[in-house]
Amino acid sequence: MFERRSTVSRRDFLCSSALVAGSAAVPASTGAAEHAPTDVAGSADSLAGRFHAPVTVRVEINDVDHVLTLEPRVTLLDALRERLQLTGTKKGCNRGECGACTVLMDGQRVNACLVLAAATDGRRITTIEGLANGSRLHPVQQAFIEHDAFQCGFCTSGQIVSAVGCIAEGHTGSNMEIREWMSGNICRCSAYPQIAAAVEAAAKEST
Amino acid sequence: MRDFSYAQATSRGDAVALLQLPDTMALAGGTELLNWTRIGIAEPARIVDITRIPGMEGVEALSEGGVRIGALTTLNDAAQHPLIRDAYPVLSQAILKSASAQIRNLATVGGNPLQRVRCPYFRAEEPTPCNKRDPGSGCAALHGINEKQAIFGWTEDCVAVHPADAPVALAALDAVYVTEDESGGRRIPARSFHVLPGEDPTAHSVLRPGELITGIEIGVAAPTSAYLKIRERESYEYATVSAAVVLDIEGDVIRRAAIALGSVAMRPWRLDETEKRLVGQRLGSAAIEAAVDAGFADARPLSANAYKIKLARNAALRAIELAARN
Repeated sequence: MFERRSTVSRRDFLCSSALVAGSAAVPASTGAAEHAPTDVAGSADSLAGRFHAPVTVRVEINDVDHVLTLEPRVTLLDALRERLQLTGTKKGCNRGECGACTVLMDGQRVNACLVLAAATDGRRITTIEGLANGSRLHPVQQAFIEHDAFQCGFCTSGQIVSAVGCIAEGHTGSNMEIREWMSGNICRCSAYPQIAAAVEAAAKEST
Repeated sequence: MRDFSYAQATSRGDAVALLQLPDTMALAGGTELLNWTRIGIAEPARIVDITRIPGMEGVEALSEGGVRIGALTTLNDAAQHPLIRDAYPVLSQAILKSASAQIRNLATVGGNPLQRVRCPYFRAEEPTPCNKRDPGSGCAALHGINEKQAIFGWTEDCVAVHPADAPVALAALDAVYVTEDESGGRRIPARSFHVLPGEDPTAHSVLRPGELITGIEIGVAAPTSAYLKIRERESYEYATVSAAVVLDIEGDVIRRAAIALGSVAMRPWRLDETEKRLVGQRLGSAAIEAAVDAGFADARPLSANAYKIKLARNAALRAIELAARN
């Protein structure tokens, strides 16, 4: 059911095994996610019975459906990294200040550290791992290589996913506009001129 | 982070009912709530996800004039909506100068005014005196790190400023927050939504536990308006000071002016005296400066922020020029 497009690497192998252990990848056509009740015990209050912990969600990640059962406090970022071993999404500040964890949710770029995984039921998530088409890099990935748009690389996956969102939004009319709309991604190596140039080039290619 | 249980509200009424349970908080964009739970600013036992409630997002024109913005409208959607962009540039600009593109895709217009202060003592990971964090513990910022704190309306019990941008524009527009709670709901003027420390140093806003903001209403169009945000970097930074100006001009004479300053007090600070004196004045005349100065008569610096008085004064002056040009 879930298909690896590239050759199996060590990380892919670890990823696949962990997926089997930690969650289930299931076909898109099965029923809606169910919430496992826990708060009901000891409470006659029907309102209190509406609250659940853990929570089960069905979420589509990089075109694969996953059913995850999680503590409500788990962020989307931690679910991606710790449960699904999708470690391309980086944990920088873990408080919405750096943009390293940027993913697309229903096509919109968001900070995965500011989203509860429990709240993603029915959502469609795209991470850096979901951008390439097999061995063919996404145009933004290719542009980052061609423009040398990174040094240490820690912010890069967030920058690239954010750039994909930025281009889709159409906020690439000028270098200044790109810099403004990419300001949620901090690069401590300060590769900003190259990043903006890469986004500009990829945007031109996509039109 | 303490764990909590989770429920999705299916309607506004359902949300209000669920929010009556003790230690229960609403989750919209989550861009603040998640950080509060991490730092320990809030430790809810239950979280009500209100994002799936139908009919609470979008911008609509009101038949009696003005617009209503659903509370769940994201900041980016609100700012870029033609009805807001064209008729209320001050609000559109204020929103787009907030946070980052990613955060604005999550954060909602209803949640934004509920942002809490950015005072380093309030946000401290270790216990420090802060009356907003721990009522009665004092205010470490009064004689501590207060470069960014208040120049208006502060007391010895709290010198923090409210950091949000959109509420400053909404205060200048005389917008109204519409709420629902178990006893019905109310309409709260944006300019008195936040609470000054003289009224209650522990409070942020007048919103009560279990009360839900469902929308924001703004009156007549304000095309001659602008928002100026002064900060230490050009983007993705809180304001050191900001100014929202709404003008009604005829030729080059001001018929009516509304000015709210941001990050100078615990609430968007309307320059009432300035607004009064600006009526009938010619743009670019010396009377404009005198009118702005009059609004700063009650400004009081802390130990390290006297510069903010001059900065805010000049920001107000420049924002008047920007608005007139719009």
